[in-house]
Amino acid sequence: MSVTDAAPAPHVGRELRRKEDPPLITGRARYVDDISLQGQLWASFVRSSEAHAKILSIDTSEAAARPGVHAVFTGEDMADLGGPLPMAWVPPGVEVNNPEHWPIARGMVRHIGDPVAVVVGDDRYAVSDAAEEVIVEYDPLPAIIDPEAAIAGAPYVHEQFGTNQVHQWSLAGGDVEAGFAEADVIVERRVVNHRIAGAPIECRGVLADYRAGSLTLYTSTQVPHFVRLFMALLLGLGEDHVRVVAPEVGGGFGQKLQVYGEELFACWASRRLGRPVKWIETRSENMSVAHQGRDQIAQVKMGAKRDGTITAFHVKILADFGAYNMILTPLIPSLGAFVMGGCYKIPNVQTDITGVFTNKCPTDAIRGAGRPEATQMIEVTVDQLAHELGMDPLEIRRKNFIPKEDFPAAVATGVVYDSGDYHKTLDKLMEHVDVSAFRAEQEQLRSQGIYRGIGFCTWTEICGLAPSRITGPAGVGVQAGLWESAMIRVHNTGAVTVYTGTSPHGQGLETAMAQITADKLGVDPSVVEVIHGDTSMGPEGRNTYGSRSLATGGEAVAKATDKVAAKVKAIVAAELEAAPEDIEVANGKFSVRGSPDKGMALADVAGIAYIGAVPEGMEPGLEETTFYDPENFVFPFGAHACVVDVDPETGKVKVVRYVAVDDCGNPINPLLIDGQIHGGVVFGIGQALYERVYYEESGQLNTGSFVTYAIPTAAEMPSFETDRTVTPSPVNSLGAKGVGEAGTIAASAAVTNAVIDALRPLGVDYMNMPLSPMRIWEAIHQGQGASPEGGPQS
Amino acid sequence: MSSTVKVRLNVNGTEHELDVEPRLLLVHALRDSLGLTGTHVGCDTSNCGACTVHMDGMAVKSCTFLAAQADDAEITTIEGLGTEDNLHPMQEAFWNNHGLQCGYCTPGMIMSASALLARNPNPTEQEVRLGLEGNLCRCTGYHNIVKSVLDAASKSGAQA
Repeated sequence: MSVTDAAPAPHVGRELRRKEDPPLITGRARYVDDISLQGQLWASFVRSSEAHAKILSIDTSEAAARPGVHAVFTGEDMADLGGPLPMAWVPPGVEVNNPEHWPIARGMVRHIGDPVAVVVGDDRYAVSDAAEEVIVEYDPLPAIIDPEAAIAGAPYVHEQFGTNQVHQWSLAGGDVEAGFAEADVIVERRVVNHRIAGAPIECRGVLADYRAGSLTLYTSTQVPHFVRLFMALLLGLGEDHVRVVAPEVGGGFGQKLQVYGEELFACWASRRLGRPVKWIETRSENMSVAHQGRDQIAQVKMGAKRDGTITAFHVKILADFGAYNMILTPLIPSLGAFVMGGCYKIPNVQTDITGVFTNKCPTDAIRGAGRPEATQMIEVTVDQLAHELGMDPLEIRRKNFIPKEDFPAAVATGVVYDSGDYHKTLDKLMEHVDVSAFRAEQEQLRSQGIYRGIGFCTWTEICGLAPSRITGPAGVGVQAGLWESAMIRVHNTGAVTVYTGTSPHGQGLETAMAQITADKLGVDPSVVEVIHGDTSMGPEGRNTYGSRSLATGGEAVAKATDKVAAKVKAIVAAELEAAPEDIEVANGKFSVRGSPDKGMALADVAGIAYIGAVPEGMEPGLEETTFYDPENFVFPFGAHACVVDVDPETGKVKVVRYVAVDDCGNPINPLLIDGQIHGGVVFGIGQALYERVYYEESGQLNTGSFVTYAIPTAAEMPSFETDRTVTPSPVNSLGAKGVGEAGTIAASAAVTNAVIDALRPLGVDYMNMPLSPMRIWEAIHQGQGASPEGGPQS
Repeated sequence: MSSTVKVRLNVNGTEHELDVEPRLLLVHALRDSLGLTGTHVGCDTSNCGACTVHMDGMAVKSCTFLAAQADDAEITTIEGLGTEDNLHPMQEAFWNNHGLQCGYCTPGMIMSASALLARNPNPTEQEVRLGLEGNLCRCTGYHNIVKSVLDAASKSGAQA
């Protein structure tokens, strides 16, 4: 059957239903746990029950003696590794305390769930039973959970540093002190962005198969190319002997942008035991050891003139990194710093970041990675400032928007926003939201005891992660180039395979990329297959994260397809005795401009290319590769409005309405864009209202399952209203920007502002997330004159 | 390991007789013993619904049942609902309405949604939302899932 519906070109811009879906909706897709290899063994990790302790002894004898158990390994068994797990951020001129981090703990455990031993055996039930028989004797040490206490002093998570501080990093533009001196009003707040989990519905999983000197690793990852590099380096293998496959991946949300110890262990154990080794994570493991996100406390200070002109914004962030640095842990808050001015023309902006170790699960990139935090700081503070000035929250935003004629706009933080038209998105939002009607309704509902509020967020962000010259070692300090690759192969028959170096896992890139290629080659997207997530197929790639896969990977596909099209045109020109520049693609054929009936289809050209009947001097075949490194990031933007009802009796918040107007440049497939926005917004609402990773003071984790960690369900969510404006990016030929993180970046601030708006008549002028019933109830009952810090933090 | 019990399952119209550990979860019997890997495991605590199958016509979470409890039951998994060449209307609706992204929750979501329509062929949006409360999705924000279910309901209504 045809996977896509035949329709005339152009395919770019159309709401094409996804090529990805048939195997997914029929249960025929393959995720890691759906793959089994002959002779495979299972692994089960023994994990620390202590938040901070010295390991005195590990008795594996009982476990090893159980039926079906092949081996029990501890940290010391893995002494032959080429090094510890990687941390790939080396900011020039900044010292980062970076402790060794091993796949299995060596002598010390530093958070609940830290792996202590691994049982390997015949089946998943047997190893799980045996893991319970491993006896670990701990000498518990005091645990430190609160980042503000941790930065103040002992106990230390890593004794050797004599401090819990990881690093300090600043980004300043202009002169904030001079800006505050000019201000008539200064607002200071404490903005807490609590800890959350990525919580993909598929937990992590690995299946490693080392045989005859070569390693194949199936892993539920966003970054197979990075994983291959580090498996090769740490196991002493040539990269050419390591193949990493990301099969279907059941959600990532940044959690699977990582090089994990479980991946390395499975590879190591497969080599050691001569058998494939599989490990499938349990949900409680996922909630306690897969990296988490946010956990930043910011002291923010914003100054403005009486007319609302913002003169300075200074942010001091304390970022809780947990017990270890993962691959990009200390970089994450810095990603927010680059857009700390938001979509406003603020001449003086400074961000000072201090990272701190605690006895908690490490943090790293989770959907948005630094930009939801920055947006919360900016957008909630702008609302607070408006209230202080007695201005309308939309008026103060419009007053400070970077005007469209400023683009490309060099902003105080040193980056250049590629394109924007912030008034236009807000105007479009106002077509959907009648604010004066809302205010009248709000007033009327209050008289009935219903506390309704509206909150806005006008946001921008930095994404399409690349370009290497800015992000790389000489720039921001990521120890990798962040370009992207694509290879296009036209087969003998005219079918097309696209190999992308990105590794999508639900975003719909197979469809979007097929649309891009189909238009350029005059074929239907149904004959374009897109291959990703297998390092043995196609060129080296840089994977999927940071809303980059379309803006970098899609553009690489466009450029590689252009190369193919140029060769096709040269062949057609020779066949039709015309000049290559006169050949165009129309109605599924390459033809001479003005003579559409005398054309050649791609299949005809491919036949010539593979028979070798090409013009003299031309190579046969029809296949091209591109490595694309953009000149700049891309900066999507938008305007969101959220309406909530707060029940003052219970503190419960209901999202009544959510309107999102977004601008991600030229839309390739609007269906996919809306899908990304819906999911992103719910991710942000989830953080604002329901989700929170919670550790007790002792370091025990209280949110180890979906019973205690509440991700939103269909029952709590409304349907969403989405719309868009189109301001193409000048950075790439598609004019496209990223959209995977957009909704999340915008939503938590819109929800927070809405809840505060609802609560003002009850005496609450400021609150931090999570906006849980208990915290709201407490805030209401603390009532009048809530402190500048904004009510209860616990 | 130790003693096993005999279980007879009719899965997607085919009879199977299995020797299983008494503690074997139904989801593992389906996936590991019968190779029907379309039914997924997401949470281990019966919250996420990725493992939802039909047992004697009812939507159940197969991680919450022992295979032994399913003795003599008729089970339908996502593989038995429809195939790529002959999609069930609910599968078709999810495809048409972009009701899935990563696809991991999708089989359970489709099984729950089809059971929902079987008992309430013409639900309101709110009834769909409440009916799918036991199935978690982290990608879609549920908007297009709800749209898919309502679309499937309206199409089957149109046929009736």
